[in-house]
Amino acid sequence: MNIFVCIKQVPDTETKITPNGDGTYIETSSIKWIMNPYDEFAVEQALLTKQANSGSTVTVVRVGGVKDTEALRTALAMGADDAILVESDDNLDSFMTAKALKGAIEKSGKTADVIFTGKQAIDDDCLQVPQLLAGMLNIPSVSVVVGCEEAGGAFTLKREVEGGALEVYEVKSPALIACNKGLNTPRYASLPGIMKAKRKPLAQHSLADVGVSDADRRVKYSNFQLPPEKPAGKKFEAMDEAVQASVVAEVVGLLRNEAKVI
Amino acid sequence: MVNFDLSSEQKEIKEMAMKFAKNEMMPKAGEFDESGKMPMDILTKAWELGLVNTCIPPEFGGTGFTTLDSMIITEALAYGCLGMNTTLMANDLALLPIALGGNNEQKKRFLTPFTESYKIASFCLTEPGNGSDAAGLKTTIKEDGDHYVINGQKMWITNAGYADLFVIYCTTDPELKHKGISCIVLDDKNVAGLEIGAKEKKMGHRSSDTRAVTFTNVRIPKENLIGNLGDGWNLAKMTLDHSRPMVAASAVGGAQCALDHAVKYAKERVQFNKPIAGHQAIQLMIADMAMNVEASRLLVHKAAWLLDQGKSNTELASYAKAFAADKFMEVATDAVQIFGGYGYSNEYPVEKIMRDAKLIQIYEGTSQIQRLVIAKEIFSRS
Amino acid sequence: MAKVLVFTEVTSDNVKSVTYEILGKLAGNDVDVAAVGQVPAGAVSELAKYGAANVHSLKGDNLDKYSPEGYANALKEFIGNGGYDYVFAGSTSLAKDLFPRLSGMFDAGMASEVTNFTMDGGTFAGTRPLFAGKCLAKVEIEGPKPHFVTVRPNALGMPSSESPAAGNAADASVAAGEIRAAIKEIIKGASEKLDLTEANIIVSGGRAMKEASNFKILDELADAIGATVGASRAAVDSGYAPHSMQVGQTGKTVAPSLYIACGISGAIQHLAGMRTSKCIVAINTDPDAPIFTKADYGIVGDLFQIVPILTEELKKIM
Repeated sequence: MNIFVCIKQVPDTETKITPNGDGTYIETSSIKWIMNPYDEFAVEQALLTKQANSGSTVTVVRVGGVKDTEALRTALAMGADDAILVESDDNLDSFMTAKALKGAIEKSGKTADVIFTGKQAIDDDCLQVPQLLAGMLNIPSVSVVVGCEEAGGAFTLKREVEGGALEVYEVKSPALIACNKGLNTPRYASLPGIMKAKRKPLAQHSLADVGVSDADRRVKYSNFQLPPEKPAGKKFEAMDEAVQASVVAEVVGLLRNEAKVI
Repeated sequence: MVNFDLSSEQKEIKEMAMKFAKNEMMPKAGEFDESGKMPMDILTKAWELGLVNTCIPPEFGGTGFTTLDSMIITEALAYGCLGMNTTLMANDLALLPIALGGNNEQKKRFLTPFTESYKIASFCLTEPGNGSDAAGLKTTIKEDGDHYVINGQKMWITNAGYADLFVIYCTTDPELKHKGISCIVLDDKNVAGLEIGAKEKKMGHRSSDTRAVTFTNVRIPKENLIGNLGDGWNLAKMTLDHSRPMVAASAVGGAQCALDHAVKYAKERVQFNKPIAGHQAIQLMIADMAMNVEASRLLVHKAAWLLDQGKSNTELASYAKAFAADKFMEVATDAVQIFGGYGYSNEYPVEKIMRDAKLIQIYEGTSQIQRLVIAKEIFSRS
Repeated sequence: MAKVLVFTEVTSDNVKSVTYEILGKLAGNDVDVAAVGQVPAGAVSELAKYGAANVHSLKGDNLDKYSPEGYANALKEFIGNGGYDYVFAGSTSLAKDLFPRLSGMFDAGMASEVTNFTMDGGTFAGTRPLFAGKCLAKVEIEGPKPHFVTVRPNALGMPSSESPAAGNAADASVAAGEIRAAIKEIIKGASEKLDLTEANIIVSGGRAMKEASNFKILDELADAIGATVGASRAAVDSGYAPHSMQVGQTGKTVAPSLYIACGISGAIQHLAGMRTSKCIVAINTDPDAPIFTKADYGIVGDLFQIVPILTEELKKIM
């Protein structure tokens, strides 16, 4: 099987995020970059699928800046066979990213039997690339996958939806599977794996090489700002039975309309 | 000129080791400190991921790390838990004499099995009556046909209760002091005459197994002698050039952990209407702690770099060990201070780190011995 | 003024409420609503009140269950014939999966999960959170039309006034086309509660719970809102709850959207475990309890009286 995994490099979850001077993006100078956490589940599932199908290879693909290639090397250290980087320093939108990934996969010369991705990237939280990519390659996709069984290229996938319910899909390869937390336990890259990773092939392309240009941009961001400060805490007296019902009703209303947590 | 950056590979190694330390070691550190049990699952997992036995050369199954790579790994494991790190690090302390002075047949016979499954080793130098005065050790080695016979007692031996391999420093004649010392490997823990003592109850590193070991006419085949009779002291010195920076690296990891805890707490704890991070008394302490951790790290890295360049590093190794250990004790004490009453409780992680820090000033050459080594090096130059 | 289609999903007797939130914001534009399946008559008249000119029920074979390809093929045809500038939907599980594929079929752009938007001069401009909500940004779409937008439920709020439109109900025939990934079965929501460290809503009890059996009232509250129940160290030490439920320095560290602390004083050890909760509600009889300095909404009252009232009130709105 030719297995592909698409990964993204994103700011670490603990990183402080601040808008840059002109509000066109965030300050990136002191950011610690990590592999998008959801993509770790994708890499792990790709490796498990490889282990179950002898003779398979795992190719990991990333669209992003050249200065940090750690995420690709981590995937190689975990056990992927080779990597493809499409260089781009811009903040590409989902459409351009999907098109670049499609171009990179096609340029590899291998037909993808299955493509694993994370269900979303934790920087822009758009949740579009997996489905866009599948559509562009004309293959079926299933997202938010928390269960994956495979035999002879036929997948049985559990997709998590509202209310904690699970939709069980059956799909034959080629297919794209967007992974959610809980699908598996991503392995650590072993230290010998990290040392071996530098000898594995890493192909590099430009956006133009994979057929993507500025004309492909569809979404434009501006005016980055911090969210409004949380209002000061509100305290309500409710020792008196007479006011308890109205206090509770008011708090529930605030939870729904002000805090928006229910 | 010198490059202070880690290579991108070293950054990945550090990141992976820290991830292991934070996810696997830190959550369990308090539990194993309290129970005093060996955390076999965690130790075995560390081995599976290649974090252990970093001194084994690639020709014998090792990964091929530089000395600096080893320091980075040790610092991260110590950040996770000093006790667990001592258990893992003790393997290198024991295997280094073999890696540095053994012949190829010995390296294959002793080192390679450590790359095939998780095995544990003990390094036996200290005795009940000889700690700092290591050259005065009394355990004897005598020839008997095609064996050597070992008699004596060792004390404070890390991993003794679990070791598959013992590397023993012994003497043909105590009067000869360092000239009489030899180094021999015992790879049969069921040999007659080997007695492992009870587990010692310690202030810190409590999950690490420490015991007395007694040898009564223990017979070891001659082919287990490393080098020749009388080569032991030089082997020990060569080993210390590697192991002292490694122990210093563990002090750096422990100190960094204590500092990180203190910084986080100082931002959260409010007194006199502001977080204590806003009070100068705390700011001054944190600044000193941070400077000392970074200075310790730089000494460790230079001591390791010298070895990787093929240069002598004995003096720097002692600088690193003495400085890092002493500063770790200060940093850990200050961390408890910053936590105040809560720091004194075992609900919070810093009291354990303070108890763990003390040992680093003692083992692998006390802070006082390190200073004598340094002074000797300096004065011998003029 | 823009020509807009709002895609909705049918519930037992209505359509998803986020649809009304979106209609409210689209007042003044030429708006149609469409769903796969039959839109109930009652919903049609409601939708008309809030601006739906036409309400289409899309019907065809193999569309009784969701499938990414089936719904995308069906909608592509329908949208293509309608000449829409924009296609909106609430960012439900279904729409989050459907809309990216659908937008790709039109080579068009999509703005995901906006929390607000304007349609000045018939042109969309939205606000959306990025970096897990640590940052907000303005988002605009360019390129081929129609443009696609999903909207976070509960972010806009229900419309405050009506803007009546014709509300013509009509069926439309659509084709699912080839479906390669199909649902074989649906497994209903598991009854086991999420682990504390994963839970989105947590209800915790403290020393004031007085007995283990009193945690029952917290279980009832938790059931009403799909929460997991936790406990403070004081409650665990007193034997009211097992250690596995403990939140705090020596227990679990949690980060839910909503944390309801019942009879918990807010000692520093407890705060260490839950301080990054997005929203904290505290119920305590002591107005000086430290927890009130961290709570977004504090209720000074007896939890044994307040919690049951809270459970009933929440059941009403969930």
